[in-house]
Amino acid sequence: MDSSSIIHKTAADLRLAPNLADYDAERRRFSWDAVSREFAYQPGGGLNIAWQAVDRHVWGGLRDKPAFRFLKPGRPGQVFSYGEMAGLTNRFCNVLRGLGVGKGERLFILANRIPELYIAALGSLKNGTVVSPLFSAFGPEPLATRINLGEGIVLVTTDSLYERKVAKWRGRMPSLKHILLVAEEGGTTNVPGTLDLASLMAQASEICELTPTTGEDMALLHFTSGTTGTPKGAVHVHGAAATHWATGHYALDLHAEDIFWCTADPGWVTGTSYGIIAPLLHGVTSIVDGGEFDAERWYGILQEEAVSVWYTAPTAIRMLMKAGGEIVKKYEFPRLRFVASVGEPLNPEAVWWGKQVLGLPIHDNWWQTETGGIMIANTPAFDIKPGSMGRPLPGIEAAIVQRQENGTVQVIDEPNREGELALKAGWPSMFRAYLHNEERYRTCFAGDWYLTGDLAQRDAEGYYWFVGRADDVIKSAGHLIGPFEVESALMEHPAVAEAGVIGKPDPTVGEVVKAFVSLKNGFEPSEALRMELLGHARKRLGAAIAPKEIDFLIQLPRTRSGKIMRRLLKARELGLPEGDTSTLEGGA
Amino acid sequence: MNDAEIRAVALATLKSIAPEIEEDELRGDHPLRRQVDLDSMDWLNFLLGLHDKLKVEIPEADYAKLVTLDEVVAYLAAKSP
Repeated sequence: MDSSSIIHKTAADLRLAPNLADYDAERRRFSWDAVSREFAYQPGGGLNIAWQAVDRHVWGGLRDKPAFRFLKPGRPGQVFSYGEMAGLTNRFCNVLRGLGVGKGERLFILANRIPELYIAALGSLKNGTVVSPLFSAFGPEPLATRINLGEGIVLVTTDSLYERKVAKWRGRMPSLKHILLVAEEGGTTNVPGTLDLASLMAQASEICELTPTTGEDMALLHFTSGTTGTPKGAVHVHGAAATHWATGHYALDLHAEDIFWCTADPGWVTGTSYGIIAPLLHGVTSIVDGGEFDAERWYGILQEEAVSVWYTAPTAIRMLMKAGGEIVKKYEFPRLRFVASVGEPLNPEAVWWGKQVLGLPIHDNWWQTETGGIMIANTPAFDIKPGSMGRPLPGIEAAIVQRQENGTVQVIDEPNREGELALKAGWPSMFRAYLHNEERYRTCFAGDWYLTGDLAQRDAEGYYWFVGRADDVIKSAGHLIGPFEVESALMEHPAVAEAGVIGKPDPTVGEVVKAFVSLKNGFEPSEALRMELLGHARKRLGAAIAPKEIDFLIQLPRTRSGKIMRRLLKARELGLPEGDTSTLEGGA
Repeated sequence: MNDAEIRAVALATLKSIAPEIEEDELRGDHPLRRQVDLDSMDWLNFLLGLHDKLKVEIPEADYAKLVTLDEVVAYLAAKSP
């Protein structure tokens, strides 16, 4: 069968009545005010993500229901009920108060997917303290950059990550006042200059009054990358919970009895919005796996934990496809009813693979750090056009636009025309700022429209299709990597004169980071130097951001104004026509 | 090939992916990915590199057995021609 054929849905595909059944009627009926009525009045009034996500359900009769089941290879799992999460997050909130950490100050978390990460994030929100999760595969350089940009006061991390990535660099992060350590092997820690989280938690009270927050108070800070300059800290507010609830309802089709598994790490926005907040807002049980990707283990989790709704990523799906059909035959997933994917466009073969191997097609959806939640999605009741990201959810107005020279945009109504994907500003989880960078924030908007930087098309039936990025940002395993951050780290090496970094297409992870460097006088290209540069970049940037390949060039192509032409490097790498090179230095 | 030779090949393969590692600090009985910063792609490239150099088939189903360097060496030694 042609993998681009439409997957038609029938009533037999729906095991439960879908939350989004009549697309047009639901979009007409929808209002954000109605969504906010899903939330209960909380003590002291206002809106707090953590209280609505956890304590609301304790009062609503779910005290003993499992909120999280944490899994770890080779260890027994740990279950935390909604009632236990309420008590533990209260304790963490009190720990922060004991340290004098207050509302609006920033707390960073650098940890693998361990229970303390989830407790610290939610407890911090109860204190009105802003949470910024970091990816544990970041190296010291990206960590320091982000903590400094966010003026982090507190860092929650593990003893092993602290030793490997923070201890030697602590002088570079002067804003940090408190470092709270979790012992990875259990027990307590005793590291000079840090505090032991387990001891502080044991001494803290389980009762705490919420710090008053409104829907417009800053709650989360997620860093993302642009083409130039430092990473951008996208600011999200407590009111974002309305989008988290609505998208959990429509795009993930969460129902009360679901067992939900979001495979994303909270170091990225998906792992926070959908690995922590959305499932809790719906009072469902979430699976969190602390292990690395392992095809056999993942199939085992889907079966053993009776996962019913699964939210994962193209890279993981393609790695499962690579692992072959023999492994999956050993498992059965009678409870699985809905599978969704995000991070980068899911290729049609992978959509169909789901149908053939799991018995369920995979539903791609689209959003980004700035949008805070899913915006455009394939949902259970509707046909899938493999390769398309689906249609805008209720409450979301999308369009394809063309930027004009005068700074405005023109909406392209005609179907199948390429332009920039834009969203009508004003949904609750829209980012409210790039921290300390008002100028960069403003350039993301034209009139009422938020400009996403993604190029796309809309077909006659309203389905959106991703075309590419409007800039040079690299997308690897679903994560954005800014070429500038990688180039800067390479330039710190004494042998490097200039560096240009591109995303090289890869069948599994989408793009891999590839660097081109030219050397200073007195240095010659060699295998040993290549390895030295690779090690240099990995030590600073970590495996998630460092290049996988480095090539030497005598000189990098630049525009007459001196900018490195990454696009030309990419065209050459791919053997494509080089396009208009008239602005090149030397008129190549 | 004896164990020492296999270990040398495994270390050389690892260093081609993560040249920053300090061999003296690497503990053979600790999970490799706890000590060396390897993402999923690095890890797969490591296993593919071992396959290429030692001509040993490493089926996906066995990946879970390969956590520490000692386990990798023992596994390869048992399967080496």
